[in-house]
Amino acid sequence: MEWSLQDLPTLINSVLPHLYLLLLAVFLGIEVIGRVPQVLHTPLMSGSNALSGVVVVGSILLVGKAEQAPWPVLVLGCLSLVLATVNVVGGFAVTGRMLNMFRKKK
Amino acid sequence: METLMEVGYLVALVCFVLGIKGMSDPATSNRGNLVLALGMGLAVLVTLFLPGLSNLPYILGSLVLGSVIGLRMSGQAKMTEMPQMVSLLNGFGGLAAALVALAEVVDLLYGEGLLRLLTQTSGMGSMGSYYLVFYIVTLMISLSVGGISFTGSVFAMAKLDGKVSGQPIRFPMQGLVTNGLLFAQVLLIVGMILAPTYAEPMVYLLFVLSLVYGVLFVMPIGGADMPVVISFLNSLTGLTAATTGLLFDNRAMLMGGVLVGASGVYLTVLMCKAMNRTLGAVLLGQFNASGGGAGREMNGQIREIGTYDAAVLLAYSSRVVVVPGYGMAVAQAQHPMHELEKLLVSKGVQCRYAIHPVAGRMPGHMNVLLAEADVSYDLLLEMEAINPEFPQTDVVVVVGANDVVNPAAETDPGSPVYGMPILKAYQAKNIIVIKRSMAAGYAGVENELFYDPKTRMLFGDAKAVLSELIQAVKGL
Repeated sequence: MEWSLQDLPTLINSVLPHLYLLLLAVFLGIEVIGRVPQVLHTPLMSGSNALSGVVVVGSILLVGKAEQAPWPVLVLGCLSLVLATVNVVGGFAVTGRMLNMFRKKK
Repeated sequence: METLMEVGYLVALVCFVLGIKGMSDPATSNRGNLVLALGMGLAVLVTLFLPGLSNLPYILGSLVLGSVIGLRMSGQAKMTEMPQMVSLLNGFGGLAAALVALAEVVDLLYGEGLLRLLTQTSGMGSMGSYYLVFYIVTLMISLSVGGISFTGSVFAMAKLDGKVSGQPIRFPMQGLVTNGLLFAQVLLIVGMILAPTYAEPMVYLLFVLSLVYGVLFVMPIGGADMPVVISFLNSLTGLTAATTGLLFDNRAMLMGGVLVGASGVYLTVLMCKAMNRTLGAVLLGQFNASGGGAGREMNGQIREIGTYDAAVLLAYSSRVVVVPGYGMAVAQAQHPMHELEKLLVSKGVQCRYAIHPVAGRMPGHMNVLLAEADVSYDLLLEMEAINPEFPQTDVVVVVGANDVVNPAAETDPGSPVYGMPILKAYQAKNIIVIKRSMAAGYAGVENELFYDPKTRMLFGDAKAVLSELIQAVKGL
């Protein structure tokens, strides 16, 4: 590997747009749940747990390019895809069940 | 086509933001959850149509299998087991991220991954080197944090389930070992970059260390703090989704992950605030570290009360407040509780519920349970609303709650629960405590309230005791 400080400005320039996006997303993530009442803490946590299963997209991409890859890649990919799907589907279903409890008697 | 997909991802992302937003308001929470699920479905769909995607049968098969398992798991879980369920699902998400990273490593070492990567970076000069380092660090963060989130979540679940003691587990030089393990992981990542020849064993060692670290991380934290831990681990899984998004240059994953990570940490802080603690104190296990009051001698005497006497006391008072806790959830006693409440109301007794922010194992846990039993929403009062009314309350019925009514939180600076806002049940004229045994609460702290001269204990399983109480009140 070669290293040179000359490229540093180029590096920073290429990273900056992403950094903008990330920082904004962080603030958005905080602002968006700004005034959540205590009662909803658990369902919200459950919902965002389901959302963190978005890694399912990564699993799909991994399995999808595994044609030329060694077989362990395919096995690991499928396993992670199943797990991530359980996280997503189970997560939303559980959240839905919790929220339905709240709705019933209001 | 490419453009259409990017737009699809963008729409999915908007759904994520609107969904989370909707979920933080009771009026729109149900719709919020649907919007979130819709966004996720869209993100998956768009990915499936990505050009050049092979192995489609495997992908669809895994998706179907995962969906079936997910639906069955969520359908079978009891409402009392929700916290464990969320924790387990989160662990799956973490493991999925770690496995993706591991598969990438295998592809780099034995497949064409490295070749692709080098072709990509060749001719870029030192920019290529920067890129390679960035790639390795991101990949290793995915692997390590995913592993931590996995074992941490599973261990937290075991603690909530009672399969592992809810007490903080401590051993000599714990801090040194735990932090050393984290430091060792950082060293390993640096090592991989400096000495790529020996990268392979280092990667596997890193994964193993992260799995061990996940357990060690949760170990010293008391069972009562598990919701906070789960919420924190949840945001860690969000972080791995974000790093995986970086690896695959996929914006939906990156932004979705960052969103979950950020809101997860913030939610964790909110939960800590509800308990009057700081996130740092919770994660370091300081709740129980001080421990001074835990062993304090209780002076006074336990007084029991019979079912009949308790029934008389309740039926002839005018204001009753019920304080539910995890014991009620375990005993599935919310239904007989509601029945007793209706019975008392029919006898002209005012009967309401006092909900502590962290009663049960999760914020909102008691609301969910009582709602399941059809208890009217306006009978559930939050701590701030009910606390001024305790002095005018004739009888407080504590059903399987403990730490949330422990007066030591106000009076004993040496107590581990000191500083936590409590329900001031001790100000009531009479207190009936329904409890299985004299065992200490989840925080492992003795409760002075049980020794209060105004307190009467009614020992037994909450469901059985409440059913007897109902019969006794009916027979009056």
